[in-house]
This record gives sequence, C-alpha cells and structure tokens, in this order.
Amino acid sequence: MDARIKLRNTKSILFKALIIFLAFVITLPLIVVLLYIIKMGVVQVNWSFLVHAPTPEGVAGGGIANALVGSLLMVGMSAVVAIPVGLLAGIYLSENPGTRLAYYTGLCVDILQGVPSIVVGIVIYFWIVKPFGFSAISGSIALAIMMLPIVVRSTEQTLLLLPDSLKEAALSLGVPYHRVIMKVIVPCGFAGILSGIILSIARIIGETAPLLFTALGNVYISTKVTGPMDSLPHLIYFYSKSPYQDQIDQAWGASFILLMFVLILNITTKLITRKWNIQL
Amino acid sequence: MSDKNKRLDLSYSQMKWETIFKRILIVMSVIMLLLVAGTLVTLIVKSMPTIKSLGIGYLWGKVWDPVNNVYGARPFLMGTLLTSFTAIIISTPFSYAVAIYLGEYNTKGWLSNLLKNTVELIAAVPSIIYGFWALFVLVPIVRSFEMKIGVTPYGVGAFSASLVLAVMIIPYAASLGTSLIRMVPSPLKEGAYALGATRFEVIRSVILPFTRSGLFAGILLSLGRALGETMAVTILIGNTSAIGNTFKDVFFGPGNTMASVIANEFSEADHDLYYSALIELGLVLFFVTVIINLIGKRIITKYTNK
Repeated sequence: MDARIKLRNTKSILFKALIIFLAFVITLPLIVVLLYIIKMGVVQVNWSFLVHAPTPEGVAGGGIANALVGSLLMVGMSAVVAIPVGLLAGIYLSENPGTRLAYYTGLCVDILQGVPSIVVGIVIYFWIVKPFGFSAISGSIALAIMMLPIVVRSTEQTLLLLPDSLKEAALSLGVPYHRVIMKVIVPCGFAGILSGIILSIARIIGETAPLLFTALGNVYISTKVTGPMDSLPHLIYFYSKSPYQDQIDQAWGASFILLMFVLILNITTKLITRKWNIQL
Repeated sequence: MSDKNKRLDLSYSQMKWETIFKRILIVMSVIMLLLVAGTLVTLIVKSMPTIKSLGIGYLWGKVWDPVNNVYGARPFLMGTLLTSFTAIIISTPFSYAVAIYLGEYNTKGWLSNLLKNTVELIAAVPSIIYGFWALFVLVPIVRSFEMKIGVTPYGVGAFSASLVLAVMIIPYAASLGTSLIRMVPSPLKEGAYALGATRFEVIRSVILPFTRSGLFAGILLSLGRALGETMAVTILIGNTSAIGNTFKDVFFGPGNTMASVIANEFSEADHDLYYSALIELGLVLFFVTVIINLIGKRIITKYTNK
C-alpha cells in the first residue's frame, strides 16, 4: 500500500517536472532568435545605414532608408484609414449587441481576423493595383484590412466593460447621443482602445505577404504614395534571396530595426494594459 | 422669443447630428460585411476560369506546369497539410505544457507573468524574421542533421518549415488553454483532492477532461494560423512544385504550400488560367481557414458561456 502511494506521488512529481521542462524549453527558440538578430543586426546599424538608400548590388555601403521611410509612411496611412473605421464599428458593436447587423458584423470581423495575409494581398491586387498600378496606397489599404479586426474587437471589448451608469448619467443630463459616445464613453475607454491600436500596428508593421503584390518595393527613397514603395519586411524578404553578402548583412540590420519596433510597441501595450488594468 | 428659437434650432441640429452619427456607425459596420463579401466574390470570380475549365479535378491534379498550361494543386495541398500537421504535432505537447503550467501549477507571481509574456511575444515577432533567421541558422543545422540520417541534405524543405511553424503557432493554443484551465471550478478539483488524488491525477482526470473541447479549439486556432502562414514558409520550403517519390523526399526535400506558391508565382503569372489557378488556391485557403476559425470560435463561446 505504501509503495503504491509512493509510486503515485513520484508520478505526480515527475509529471510536474516534465510540464515545467516543456513549458520553459519553448521559450528557448524565441530567446535564441532575439539574441541572434540583435547580435547580427546591431553591428550593422549606424547613422548612414538609416539615412541612405541601398547602393547597387555588389557596391559597398548604402542603407535601408527606403524601407524605413516606406514602412513608417504605409503603416501611418493604414492607421489613418483603419482607426476611424475600426473605432466606429467597434462602438456600433458594443452599443447594439444582439441586433442582426451586429451579429453579422461580429462574424465578419472574426472571418477577417483569420484570413491569411496573402489572400488579402491578392484581393487588393485586383481591387486597386489592377486599375491604378502598384502603389503605396494599395499596400496601406491591404495593411489596414489586417489591422481592422484587432481595432474593432479591442474597442468593443473595452467599451463593453464600462458601466452603463456612465452613459445613463450623461444622457439624463440631456447630452446628445453622439457627444455622450465621443466625449464620455470613448475617453473612458481610451487606454484599452489605444492599446488595441498599438497592438494592431505592431502586427502590421511586420506583415510582408500583403505587400508583395501591392507596394511592390523600391530601391529608391520614395514618398510618392501613388508609386511603388519599399518596406522593412519586404526588404528583408528580398535580400534573403540575395547572393551578395553585404545585402544579407543589411537584412540582419533591417531585421534588428523591425524587431525593435515590434518589441517597443508590444511593451508599450503591456505597460498601458498594466497601468489601467485592462484585459485584452 | 428669438433666444428660444435659437435654442430650439440648436437642439434640432443636435438631433440631426445624432441621427447622422448613428448612421455613420451603421455604415462602418456594414463596411466589415462588404470587405468579407467583396473578398469572397473577388476570389470566386477571378478563379472562375480554372473552376470552369478544370473543375474539381484541379485540386487533385498531380502536375503543376504553368509553361505547358497544366495545373494541378496536389503538390501544394499536400505541402500545406504536411507542414501544418507536422507543426501541430510538434507544438501541441509544448502548448499544453504551457497551458497546464500557467493555468494550474503557477498562476500568479513574476515567474508566471514572465513566461506568459514571453510566450505571447513568440506571436508578436514577425514571420519574416523567423523565416530569415531560420534560413541562415536553422537550415544549416537541419542540413547536417539530414546528412547524418542519410537523406539528401537540402536543408530547406517541409521539415525546416514545420519546425519554425511549430514555434510560431504555440502562443495561440497556449494562451487560450491557460485561461480555460484557470476557469475550471475549484470545487471539482477540491473534490478530487479530498478523495486522495495526487496533482497529476487531478490534472489527468479532472482538468483535462473538463477543458478538452476548449483545448481542442485552441489547437484549431493554431492550425488556422499554420495553414495560412506565408512568409516564413515561403523562405524555408524550397519552392519546388514537383512531388517527391518517397515520403522521405517529400518530408525532407523542398516542396511548396498553397500560400508559398501564391507568394512566389503570383507576380510571374502571365496568362489568365495561370492567374486563376493561383487565385483558386487562395480561395481554398480562405474557405479552409475561415471554417476552422469559426468552428474554433464557436467552441470557445459555447464553452465560456456555460
């Protein structure tokens, strides 16, 4: 009898050890990737790397300014498109739960969230690139579609958590509906909405697939939004196929910069959610 | 009198704004419907040429040879299924372990938070970075491993892609599993403890059966990610549209997935049938991921409302 209990206890302890081992082992690949990118990338980064466009293949020097400018510009443009639409759709969902439109909108947001990014690229290719040509705008719209579901859902979730009494108090004072929403409800949920927005930006800044057939890439620094434009992830993809060592080195540098953007955006979200104690 | 009129005017204009605002809200959420409907219609219309001329046989056709206008999607279907399921098989023990550890063994405290944030960070790193890193670090390691076990040492291929995919998809199942395991009512666990069960027995006979369908939903969400994942796979898969002869060739040798062939060949497509063959792959991908995601979400809502 005693031996049996011992066996069961040993089993239990062994199982715990196994779980702890597996749970922590899985962080190793991430740590290795992060450290490796930092190690290879940090030596590449200097001022001239950040402000110069690439030199022709095989010529030393040059930088990733084309991709840096392109990424920031395109992400900025998609934020300008996606934030108002996502915010207002999120408000609709939280204000009208249970209506038929809300049900189908919620369903579509779920669907959008699951659509592979390459499919978004194809669709935007036919909507915008086919009629107007390759452009940064088409890339931004593709990114905006990737961004929308996250903004909608985080807005909806945040606003649903607010107590009804807030809205009721404002309405009872005779404040018109749109002002109640924009001046009372949205500011109250600001932190949650903001962290959703930052999270969605962190998600799209590393997206490559939707840009392959839309923004296309450009070796010159370009701010012309109706023309092709490069982006950090696209540059990394492009250089990963390069036979030139200095382009591969520059791709490590670009990966490092991209990684820093993503890390900073994610940590910001964490800090905001912790400070205001919100669940996303 | 005029003062009163002014106030009336003001409140009329406010009321007008209220209506306008409500309409704007409706328009914005209709945009979501239009985006999904538009995506679906575009994909269907544009893949019509292949659907019409090749029918359902297209999906099972073995040969993909755009130069001679022969299209068959089997290499890509197989590639996608192979990489995704291998990735799921590799990642499931790990994501279950994370879920059990964070949900049962260590729910609070800095170590628990650290692990939780680290696992979430896995999902935050862009896939292009995983792909690029793996191409220069993992692929040489895989190559020497392949040399040791005696298969052709390509390095790139379904095996490398699956390894990277396995890591990338862990957070989806892990974080869902964690919150579900935390929701197991403690009277259930306490009952089992009171009967003299050890911790392992509680986990095996109470927690896991109770959360089974939820954990399954987490795996489904991970699968949805793996199926649609493009960039890391495109870099690592090796991009060959021929099917290897033996399983070894298929598993360790270069291949292609639905997403990677679109990424590689879409901009090269030079005639309608080629285009639409690629778009039909996108359509299949869209349907499969949508269905998987919706089933997963349905299970979760059913489960969390109960």
